[in-house]
Amino acid sequence: MSGANGVNGQTSQQSHGGTLSLTLRIWRQDGPDAPGRFHTFDAPNISEDMSFLELLDIINERLIEGGGVPIEFDHDCREGICGMCSLMINGRAHGHELATTTCQLHMRKFSDGDVITVEPFRAKAFPVVRDLVVDRSSFDRIIEAGGYISVNTGAVGDANQTPVPKEAADTSMDAAACIGCGACVAACPNSAAQLFTSAKLAHLNLIPQGQPQRWERTEAMVETMEQFFGSCTNHGECTEACPKEISLDFIAFMNRDYVKAKIKNRKLTGQS
Amino acid sequence: MVMNGVLDSRVPDGPMAGKWTDHKFSMKLVNPNNKRRFEIIVVGTGLAGASAAASLSELGYRVKVFTFHDSPRRAHSIAAQGGINAAKNYTNDGDSVHRLFYDTVKGGDYRSREANVHRLAEVSLNIIDQCAVQGVPFAREYGGLLDNRSFGGAQVSRTFYARGQTGQQLLLGAYQALAKQVAAGSVELYTRTEMLDLVTEDGRACGIVTRDLISGEIAAHTGHAVVLATGGYGNVYYLSTNAMACNVTAAWRAHRRGAYFANACYTQIHPTCIPASDEFQSKLTLMSESLRNDGRIWVPEAMDDARSPDLIPESERDYYLERKYPAFGNLVPRDVASRNAKTVVDQGKGVGPLRNGVYLDFSEVIERDGHTAVAAKYGNLFDMYERITGENPYAVPMRIYPAIHYTMGGLWVDYHLMTTVPGCYSIGEANFSDHGANRLGASALMQGLADGYFVLPYTIGDDLAARLGEPVVPLSDPVFAQAVSEVTDATQRFLSIGGTRSVDWFHRELGKIVWDYIGMERTSAGLEKALSEIPALEAEFWADLRVPGSGANLNSSLEKAGRVADFFELAKLMARDALVREESCGGHFRAEHQTPEGEAQRDDENFAHVAAWEWHGTDTTQTRHVEELEFEEVALTQRSYK
Repeated sequence: MSGANGVNGQTSQQSHGGTLSLTLRIWRQDGPDAPGRFHTFDAPNISEDMSFLELLDIINERLIEGGGVPIEFDHDCREGICGMCSLMINGRAHGHELATTTCQLHMRKFSDGDVITVEPFRAKAFPVVRDLVVDRSSFDRIIEAGGYISVNTGAVGDANQTPVPKEAADTSMDAAACIGCGACVAACPNSAAQLFTSAKLAHLNLIPQGQPQRWERTEAMVETMEQFFGSCTNHGECTEACPKEISLDFIAFMNRDYVKAKIKNRKLTGQS
Repeated sequence: MVMNGVLDSRVPDGPMAGKWTDHKFSMKLVNPNNKRRFEIIVVGTGLAGASAAASLSELGYRVKVFTFHDSPRRAHSIAAQGGINAAKNYTNDGDSVHRLFYDTVKGGDYRSREANVHRLAEVSLNIIDQCAVQGVPFAREYGGLLDNRSFGGAQVSRTFYARGQTGQQLLLGAYQALAKQVAAGSVELYTRTEMLDLVTEDGRACGIVTRDLISGEIAAHTGHAVVLATGGYGNVYYLSTNAMACNVTAAWRAHRRGAYFANACYTQIHPTCIPASDEFQSKLTLMSESLRNDGRIWVPEAMDDARSPDLIPESERDYYLERKYPAFGNLVPRDVASRNAKTVVDQGKGVGPLRNGVYLDFSEVIERDGHTAVAAKYGNLFDMYERITGENPYAVPMRIYPAIHYTMGGLWVDYHLMTTVPGCYSIGEANFSDHGANRLGASALMQGLADGYFVLPYTIGDDLAARLGEPVVPLSDPVFAQAVSEVTDATQRFLSIGGTRSVDWFHRELGKIVWDYIGMERTSAGLEKALSEIPALEAEFWADLRVPGSGANLNSSLEKAGRVADFFELAKLMARDALVREESCGGHFRAEHQTPEGEAQRDDENFAHVAAWEWHGTDTTQTRHVEELEFEEVALTQRSYK
């Protein structure tokens, strides 16, 4: 039924890379309170050009054809920007490649005969929804606590009336590059969310627009974070796992701002 | 709206430049204290939906907002790379509202509504102001002011950007504005909740039916108005640059409830994507068009030339764009570059293991400017390419091929952004309104935010003001029970087919038909073929689909089944829309209608109109309605890139 070239010129030829035979141990769990366990799947003839999520697609297609129930996993843009994909792959958040989301991890980074263990992100603040899907809405609670600038639509002057030093804008952008995937939390032995929170906070605290609410924002975001997540003990696993390579410096920045906020906010309310 | 069976665009009278200003004054207002008496449902939390929900709630309306993602910040607006246009003229190079308006109408190949486009250009100024004050980290110059660049062949530098992640940063800005309102308790946010039907009473929108994707619960929600900000339908092609979950379902269900669907055949192809590597490829990745500034596009002269590119001598290479278009060369517009790539690949000159791409070669610029200079300019893109393909583009030419990227068609809306169902609005990529037959680069982000921040918050009040004192239709009303029961039955139907094939299998097969016959180049014979093959595959879908699991928990096969069922119906409409439109314009290229040089040949006499299709039931074809387009400001001309 397809014409000369099929979908975007696809034909049924094999890919130019080699193929791999893999064994996957994948975590399956029916719901938040159900017990989970590993299921083993053979994955022969896997193209090296495939992404890790396409490997899961294939396992799911085979499961469906065989009358099984496919494995649920979160994913969407598949180009490393939406922050929806997750997974602990052989114990590493988003796998062993640095600066890479699971959707951008390709099978050529594995070897023939590998046994690959796939689990959901593990953290108390990220309860398992089903199989490999977890609930990361605690991140949204941190943003709702103050990760914004309180300005209504329309109540603004010309954009160039507020110059922003280039260095400040660039560093703010370094922080704002966070995609909110939660790898930092999953990689942390304490399930701390300092890297996420500090990135979101620094994005706004570094620029002039964010100054009026700087201290209020800092206290609210940090303390909301602490309601859900563990404490930071400076392991640095978070930045290692971060697909956007968010720097630990932002955690130091947040800690400084938090101490300052404790003093400033008391002064502002007349309690000095 | 539809008046006496005729589409009424509600474009205000008066000179173009003053229409929106005058109309804002003439529209009715809802008193600040009365706004809280209105409940508005917003579906979708991309740029359009998040900005609309935040802005409406700031005004005082009670807002419920729905997303099928786990968080509003996941929407596919996040993936836009290049930038956002605004007629600020910060670079002093002669830009103006009129020029942005003119460029957009011309770029749309004269198939958009002038008044809407003019308004878009006007509010583009406000968008940048708004986003800057929200803390969007736009690129800055050393003096601290905003930086601009030229984008997509524009002759002025009017594009604002945040590295290569402009969409992400604008979406985070809109999401944060929304989070502020959620925290204030004035927006009720529903995540992992998918809209599956529009509910109407006496022809007016009064609510929606949703499925909670975690619990499977099917529920109704009532409101005075429903806003659909649910994105485009590029995934009908299966392989596209869209995110996996992008779909037409919310818009399509509204279409089935009376909202006309316009210009379905207007789809946009992006010329520089990475070709598919195998049958299981799930999506295509776009590479920035800026690569064409320095890369040279070529294929081997000979068919099925399997030699490695460095072994093919210059004399046996065809730099086909430079040869055919000496003035523009590799920088011809997206559609021209795309069609030419298809032509050479169809001739058997494609490159790569699947013969499904063309080379984009940087060896000349590397030799001229050096590795370091090229790395400084394109380093990120080269890294991304290497990550995906495993090939080093500094040493081996890139392989590229066009892919579906954006859809200009969508729900028909009037000047108020209201669909033909009173009380139901559509904003952002989901509507058809501003891009005509072709969208310019860096204009999608602009339109999404224009609709959400600065247009809908004004126009919706005019409609609601007349309904002051009217309560919402109560959930106990039989229309809701009926709609919930229909959605429940439809969900159960997928689960009970019990066939042998997965949803993805059908989606892939559908995608092949749509790509081959309703893709870059359409012919009457091909479209007829699509209209016989799509229903055949659709019948197989309903007979042989297998959706495992149950409807009572997270079940992505079940979610996809509903979306693919709608893609089947949409694909038929796309074919019919393309068949009737006996001309070529923008993203719609009919091989029968081209100039002797192979350019798109418009037929302004017969087709300078919007085609809006009315649903009549599953077994009946839609009726085609026409909104004539009048061009007061912009003279119609033929494009030429020779």
